[in-house]
Amino acid sequence: MKKSVFLGTLATAALVAGYASATTLEDVQARGSLNCGVSTGVNGFSAPDANGVWQGFDVAVCRAVAAAVLGDPMAVNFVPTTGQTRFTALASGEIDILARNTTWTFSRDTDLGFTFVGVNYYDGQGFMVNRELGVSSATELDGATVCIQTGTTTELNLADYFRINNMSYEPVPIETNAEAQQQYLAGACDVYTTDASGLAATRASFEAPGDHVILPEIISKEPLGPLVRQGDDQWADIARWTLNALIAAEELGVTSSNLEQMAAGTNNPEINRLLGGEGDLGAMIGLDAQWAMHAIAAGGNYGEIFAATIGEATPIGLARGLNAQWTQGGLLYTPPFR
Amino acid sequence: MSDTHAQTVPYVRETMLPQQEPPSSQVGAVKWMRENLFNGAISTVLTLLSLAAILFFGYELLPWLANSVWNASSLSECRQILDGATGACWAVIRVNWLQLMFGFYPPELYWRPILAFVMLAVAVAPVLFPSAPRQLLGFSVVYPFIAVWLLWGGPIWGVTVAAMGFVLGYVALRALTSRGLLIQTIAAVAVALIWWLFLAGPVADVLSSALPLAIEPVPSREFGGFMISVVIGVAGIALSLPLGILFALGRQSTMPIIKWISVTFIEFIRGVPLITLLFTASLLLNYFLPPGTNFDLILRVIIMVTLFATAYMAEVIRGGLAALPRGQYEAADALGLDYWKAQRLIIMPQALKISIPGIVNTFIGLFKDTTLVVFIGILDPIGRASAIRATSDWQGVYWELFIFIGAVFWVFCFGMSRYSMHLERRLKTDHR
Repeated sequence: MKKSVFLGTLATAALVAGYASATTLEDVQARGSLNCGVSTGVNGFSAPDANGVWQGFDVAVCRAVAAAVLGDPMAVNFVPTTGQTRFTALASGEIDILARNTTWTFSRDTDLGFTFVGVNYYDGQGFMVNRELGVSSATELDGATVCIQTGTTTELNLADYFRINNMSYEPVPIETNAEAQQQYLAGACDVYTTDASGLAATRASFEAPGDHVILPEIISKEPLGPLVRQGDDQWADIARWTLNALIAAEELGVTSSNLEQMAAGTNNPEINRLLGGEGDLGAMIGLDAQWAMHAIAAGGNYGEIFAATIGEATPIGLARGLNAQWTQGGLLYTPPFR
Repeated sequence: MSDTHAQTVPYVRETMLPQQEPPSSQVGAVKWMRENLFNGAISTVLTLLSLAAILFFGYELLPWLANSVWNASSLSECRQILDGATGACWAVIRVNWLQLMFGFYPPELYWRPILAFVMLAVAVAPVLFPSAPRQLLGFSVVYPFIAVWLLWGGPIWGVTVAAMGFVLGYVALRALTSRGLLIQTIAAVAVALIWWLFLAGPVADVLSSALPLAIEPVPSREFGGFMISVVIGVAGIALSLPLGILFALGRQSTMPIIKWISVTFIEFIRGVPLITLLFTASLLLNYFLPPGTNFDLILRVIIMVTLFATAYMAEVIRGGLAALPRGQYEAADALGLDYWKAQRLIIMPQALKISIPGIVNTFIGLFKDTTLVVFIGILDPIGRASAIRATSDWQGVYWELFIFIGAVFWVFCFGMSRYSMHLERRLKTDHR
């Protein structure tokens, strides 16, 4: 009884101390750290390493934004969120930005009141089967048992795809990716379906990855991107253009190794504008002139981040595919820095 | 020997026969097996089935355990070492051991939770064992404040002023002894509340600026692993027992408002799954509270878990109260004891003793329920295990982590269960 009163007091004290209604940028600067929502663990995208330091592709976005705003890529409080808690955490202000491989959809952007600031990974749903089955295309999957995570868009996409192709399937509902691996390896289902990046990461962890094939068909569009609350356009701009700066840096050939040299001045005016040598782009979004330089210094440009976290040199081994620059046949295309 | 029968019988044995060995079927292991394992057809079949099951699991598990790998930095390295054989990869526990214990707690500050848990052992000793020195009870009273300060850090004045509230309330209680119990209680609560709501904050600020005595603060989000299970579990256990007693008494009260409040609370909380309360704590409260409010998530969870356990505890204790013969209440009245004295000296000691198995049952359930916080994004042992499996190094590890977590929980719960049996034997005063 007594202790609960005491805890109540703490709560009240926290309540009284918590009143603040500045812009998100001012909040973050006053706090000195960025509150970033990530997943509780998705291989390659966000997971704490053995020292408790968060690593991954989504994590790199948080670090870049923190570097742009605060000049320090480590000034991030990572808030692990589940599929259920992620949107509330963002809406309630517990986190400033959500980078949790979240699919950009119409209703999330409009009805839920969020602003997606871009796409950092173009994903799509795929299928994985055992090589012994001899299946080479998803159109041969009629009558298969399929392991599928419940309550996700992948479940709906699967139903659509089989109906369009006039095939039948038997779903094996599962809750988490780890459970899916066990079920699939134990032979509870012929096919495992989820986002292609997840399939690649899962297959990489198998004892014999070569025994399993990922079928070529991609049956849905899953543009994954960071999002912020609607209604603070300045903050959305900062997040959007930080992501764009990483992409533009790759396009312009700015890497973490030649960053210092490029910042000293080049004969390409766009690089100079990006890195703060010319113009005052930083001031337009309320940051200092070196904001993009700090963001790129945090983990390198988009290509470097991709290579270090999920690229072909990592165990996950994803090819750039759709996530290549538009000049390389991909979809990455940032508006000009002008 | 006499010659009495010499004429009537031709032969009389003059020495005792040495004792014969009992038949081999009636002795030793054979007899035990016949009586216990092969006592009839059904028993024989069951024995054979059990043996087959044991052999099967032994055959499957022993190589896995015998080939355990303890030194590796990733699952693929484990597999290389095993070289095709099946074997457990306990290296995942070894590498992530500190993470599973403390979560993201800063490594250089690990001494603080360790110290807090060592002090916890000291603080609960006088409560659990009568042989412990009684003077330690004073320490038990201040321990919660020390523990909060050690775990969360920050200036010492925060917890000091919080503790001051209790002292002031107690002073008010004493000062008004002549005014009757009701006024005493109201005054004590009012004084404490006024202190906490209006004076505690400024006083703490003044004290902090006058004498900055602080240790490095650690925010709640850096808590994790078994530390968070123990923090939530211990807080829930310590709070739910006294609250449960109050609600059990409230439910039996003759005062209608108190009775209705108690009944409503108990029936509402018992009728709702814990996971719903946790989602309320983590999601809905965020909408109800003003934007920008930073109401500590662990605090919210502790409150919800406590409320949940309290409702169950109240019903367990009500069962104990109902089991007491009416004569005990009447005897207390006959002795001229007032309500609280009767409860404290006669009713509660007996009712609680009867309820011990149920109370410990609730405690164990509560401790295990702390793993549900994984659904609201707190990285407790289960959540931390999922995060470990989400790294490239350890994706695909499954059994080792869950076996380890299960074993640790088993140790805690088995300990509680053994203690409750010990307590029952110690308090056994009847002669049934």
